Amino acid sequence: MTQEKRLRRLRRSMMFLNAQRPALLKDAYIYKPDSLLLDLEDAVAENQKDAARFSLYNALKTVDYRGVERIVRINGLDTPHWQEDIRVAVAGGADGIRIAKCETAQDVQTVVKHIEMAEEEFGAEKGFTLVMAALESPLGILNAFDICKACPERMLGVAISGGDYRKSMQASYNPGGIEMLGGRANMLIAARAAGVQCFDTVFTDVDDEEGFRQEVIQNKQMGFDGKSLISPKQIAIVHEIFTPSEKEIRTAERIVRAVREQAAQGIGVFTLDGKMLDIAFVPGAERTIELAKASGVYEGDL
Amino acid sequence: MQILKAAMAGTLESSDVQVTLEPHEGENQVEVQSSVLAQYGRQIKDCVNDTLSSLDVNGVKVTVVDKGALECTIKARVQCAAYRAAGVESGYPWGGAIK
Repeated sequence: MTQEKRLRRLRRSMMFLNAQRPALLKDAYIYKPDSLLLDLEDAVAENQKDAARFSLYNALKTVDYRGVERIVRINGLDTPHWQEDIRVAVAGGADGIRIAKCETAQDVQTVVKHIEMAEEEFGAEKGFTLVMAALESPLGILNAFDICKACPERMLGVAISGGDYRKSMQASYNPGGIEMLGGRANMLIAARAAGVQCFDTVFTDVDDEEGFRQEVIQNKQMGFDGKSLISPKQIAIVHEIFTPSEKEIRTAERIVRAVREQAAQGIGVFTLDGKMLDIAFVPGAERTIELAKASGVYEGDL
Repeated sequence: MQILKAAMAGTLESSDVQVTLEPHEGENQVEVQSSVLAQYGRQIKDCVNDTLSSLDVNGVKVTVVDKGALECTIKARVQCAAYRAAGVESGYPWGGAIK
């Protein structure tokens, strides 16, 4: 896979796993998330940070994850743990590193500098380890664009972390997410302007399937690429909602074909099924087809 | 690697293994408790001994309580217990002694 493809790969579902728990590490790929977030941070108790690293290293080196992306969430830059976390992630050959509580472009650059040192130390391919940033505070959201642009050759995208963000905004969870609207929208605008991916926060009530579904539908409507998850049972719902439906794919194909045919005859704007169409509709339709291809559901020939 | 004190790593959860390592006179001694002892006892012991020898750990008694752990988990817990017992908390030799 080229670096460009690695940066832009399909990431509808990114599932957190506690790196300290072997039962979770060994067969997580069975549920087929697009990415795994192997957690050294909040899921791991303070006195087990070392155990989690040994467990992570051996899992990365021995378990065959069958193409599922492996991203390691490292501890925050305000802890004594993050440097050793970076060393083990790079030595183990993780696909990327998720920076917790990222607030500035400098935070990204600090992590990248240590990744470079680790790639050198362990003889890893230079530039292999991607980064993503979790924005968990108002400052992180305000600096989102700079963070997204901080390291174009490694930055895959940004994710918002609802728990800490809500706390720092003096708000709490509401169905519909009014308290998250500004943060989500600002981060999305920054990510799109910078050309990187954008992921929503976890939904913590694993038994509230309907509430989860509504949130994922809103995520898709807002334009997110995917969502951080905490349970395998959330994966299928995200894939169902983020994967284009048969009808969406057919419509996208008709748009692309019609615009091409009309353009060949010198016509720029026209109507299809009573709706105005022009060249501006093509990128959206092409994205639907690309997403369908990446999700393995496309059977057409475009 | 110099073992300074007794240390433990791992849990008694399913798929895990609890490893206790303590200084001991003479050769390394490994004691295994497992519900699959008859079938896998030898393999578990070999895995522990191989891991100790990679780490160059000598003169320890190791007690292993296995709850159906994979080999990579056994290695991880032995390595963690050994570094704890040696009082080393950073700069681990990933890919070197930690294979």
